[in-house]
Formats: sequence, structure tokens, C-alpha cells
Amino acid sequence: MSVREKVFEIIAEQAMLDVSDVTADSTLESLGIDSLGLVESIFAIEEEFDVSIPFNANEPDKSDFDISSVESIVAGIEGLVAAKS
Amino acid sequence: MAAMREGKCGIGPLEFRDVERLSIQIGGQVKGFEAEGLFNRQQMTLYDRFTQFTLCAAREAIDQSGLEFTGELSARSGVVLGTAGGGVSTWDDNYRSVYEDGKNRVHPFVVPKLMNNAACSHVSMQHNLKGPSFTVSTACASSNHAMSQAFAMVRTGMAEVMITGGSESMLCFGGVKAWEGLRVMSKDACRPFSANRNGMVQGEGAGVFVFEEMEHAKARGADILCEVAGFAMSSDAADIVMPSKQGAARAIAGALQDAGIDRSEVGYINAHGTGTAANDKTECAAVADVFGPHADDLMISSTKSMHGHLIGGTGAVELLACIMALRDGVIAPTIGYEEADPECALDVVPNVAREANVDVALSNAFAFGGLNAVLALRKFS
Repeated sequence: MSVREKVFEIIAEQAMLDVSDVTADSTLESLGIDSLGLVESIFAIEEEFDVSIPFNANEPDKSDFDISSVESIVAGIEGLVAAKS
Repeated sequence: MAAMREGKCGIGPLEFRDVERLSIQIGGQVKGFEAEGLFNRQQMTLYDRFTQFTLCAAREAIDQSGLEFTGELSARSGVVLGTAGGGVSTWDDNYRSVYEDGKNRVHPFVVPKLMNNAACSHVSMQHNLKGPSFTVSTACASSNHAMSQAFAMVRTGMAEVMITGGSESMLCFGGVKAWEGLRVMSKDACRPFSANRNGMVQGEGAGVFVFEEMEHAKARGADILCEVAGFAMSSDAADIVMPSKQGAARAIAGALQDAGIDRSEVGYINAHGTGTAANDKTECAAVADVFGPHADDLMISSTKSMHGHLIGGTGAVELLACIMALRDGVIAPTIGYEEADPECALDVVPNVAREANVDVALSNAFAFGGLNAVLALRKFS
């Protein structure tokens, strides 16, 4: 499974939605994922890919990691996974 | 209550990871509790076992009361619960993960899951209780202190209804290992007041009650189980683990005074009765001091012989024995009683439950650190 597919799957699970309901331009908010759900999603992604996501819940906008959409999250994770290998 | 009536022992072999590395391998473990069937996945990530027990008990209690918390009643009702350890198995699991397994990341909900007030907060959320809520942590007296505070809040008019009691779930490797260190645990059974007693046995679980202002309860035709008549709290100010007769006696006498009850009216005492050498003789001496000759007429039993010591949840579960005495006229026994001890020469209702008409019951709790809390309850008629 690609990074992209896996991230979609994790986000869908967190939002308790079918993976087909998650689109690249969805925001986490639009999927019903609240702040705790966001932190939990980040944890699940870190666990899956064994990466460390630079994210501070106090200032999500200042983070180097763009969480504004599913697409941006996928891009961020792909970058981290690539940097690892 | 049915198990207490039958004198059924819930203590048996402990079942959890690494139990073979413990020297103490028995406890009153809750078996057959399938949390996965009761809570959804999201809830499971937030509810430690002590919270799971609490939520189940609170649901049963509130359903039985018939109360629904909306509007003004919601704003004037709260939750006070006791626990000594809070989410002990959450600490244990995550320490294991970072220390033993070498992981560098823990689940984001570790803190909200392990905090001592987690159970209290989830009860308030589930039942829309918007009044004063907090958690009390006074070791083995946590539940009695919590119920005392809940009662005081209802009596002073600060709240109309309080959900109260307590819970504990320390039966995991780290929880029992810590207790082993004190060398006060029994390897075979909890035998309070028996001359051959050799220590305490831990239990787990929760007890939750609805404390409602009397006129409010009467007006809606509630099924009133008994009346909380008074309470007292005292501190030994002496030793961090050894109990004091004077401190215990002051709490017992204080509860009678607060409730306006003459000592001759007391028919039953649910003892702290841990099954340790120190507690049982000190407690019996305190009871003898307070009651004088009447100490020989009243019944005093320790249900810890059946459910073990629930630490911060113990007073709550033991309140059930007081309700059973007052409402049903059945005195829960002290099981495992084998040999009379001259230092515990009271009627401890050995081994078999007894029918008796009781008007007033007391519930004792004397914690490590010398913090004591005693509740006085009266039959409702």
C-alpha cells in the first residue's frame, strides 16, 4: 500500500468514515476530526511510518507540517518518509 | 449484594501479564468484564479500567434512581468520586512501552486517560452533571471522604443531587508490585479479625450512589435505599502507615455526634477490617472505646474478606453492606474467619450472613497517612 493510501485509510478510520468519503481536498475539520482527533491521527501516522511529525497543538499554523488538507498531509508524510530512506 | 449475602469469596488467582514475577498472586479481580462490548473504540482509547468500572456503576445507579439531569437540576448536581491510584494500568502499560520496549512515542491520550479525575469527568459528561465535581484521593479512605463531601454539599444546599462513590483498578503488574514492597499482603486469603490473619488482599471495582436531598427524593416518590445521617473525618497526625486508635475513635464518635445518633442505636458497623495485624486490633480497640459495653451488642463485619481491599474504591463498595443491613435486614459476614483473636473480641459475624433488624449502620475507612472518614446511615422509614 502506498503512503498516500495508508494516510487516507488512517484519516478515514479516525473520522469513522469509509475511505471513499475522504478526498484529497478535504480538511480534517470537514471530516469531523476535532483537535484531539488530530493529535490522535498524527500519532497513528507516526506509528505507521516510524516518522516524527513536527507538530505542536498550541500553534498548528506555525508548524512546518501543513495540515490544511488531506493532500498537504500526504505530501508532508511522503517528504518525511523519503527523508528517512 | 447477593454475593455478600451468600458469603461468596471473589478472591482468586490474578490473571495479567507478568503475574508469575509477583510474590503475591491473588486478588479480587473483576472477571468476565468485556469492556470492548460496552464502549466504542474512541471511548476505549480514553477510559482506563477504573473509569470503565465507574461509568458502569454510575449508569446503573442513575438508572435505578430514575433521575434525569436537565435544566436547573443539572446545574445543581455534581460528582464527587474517590480513587487512590487513578489510571494505574495506563501508567503501567505506557511505562512498559517506553522503558521495557524502548518506544519513544506514547498515545496522545495517556494523560487524560490516567488522571485521577478522569472517571469523575466522564460521569459528569455522560449524565449532564454541571454542578461541583471533583475527585478525592485519600488512599483507602478516598471513597468515604468523597461520599462525606457529597453528603455535606447536599446537606448545606450547595447541591441538590450528588453522584458519589469511588473506584480502583490497581491489579496490574506494577500496581501489585508496589504493594508487595510493604510486605503487608497475604499470599492466600483475607481473614479479617481472625487470629491467623496474615495480611490484606487487593480487589478492584467501583461503587456509585445517588445522594439526593431528602425532600426532593420524597416529592418525586423515589425508591429511597437509606438515609445518610452524618459523617466525620479525622487525622491521626502520627504515622504514615500505622493506624491510631485515637484517630479512628474520634472519627467514629464524630460521625455519631454529627448525625445526632446515640451510640446505643448502632446495630452494624462495616469495618475497615483489612486483615492486617495492625488495622484489625486497632479498629476493634477504637470501637470498644467509643461504644463501651454496647460494643458487645453490635455487629461488625469486614466484607474485604470477600471482595478484597478496593483501596480508593473500598468505602463505596462496602456501603452496599450497610444498605443491605438497613434495608434488607441482612448482615454481610466476615468470611475466612477461623480462629478467635482476643484483641478482636467483637461480634464479627463470622462466615455466615445473619438476619437482623438494624436502624443505624456505620461505615469505617482508615487510610494510610492517618486520614479517617466514617459515615453514619439510618434506615429509611
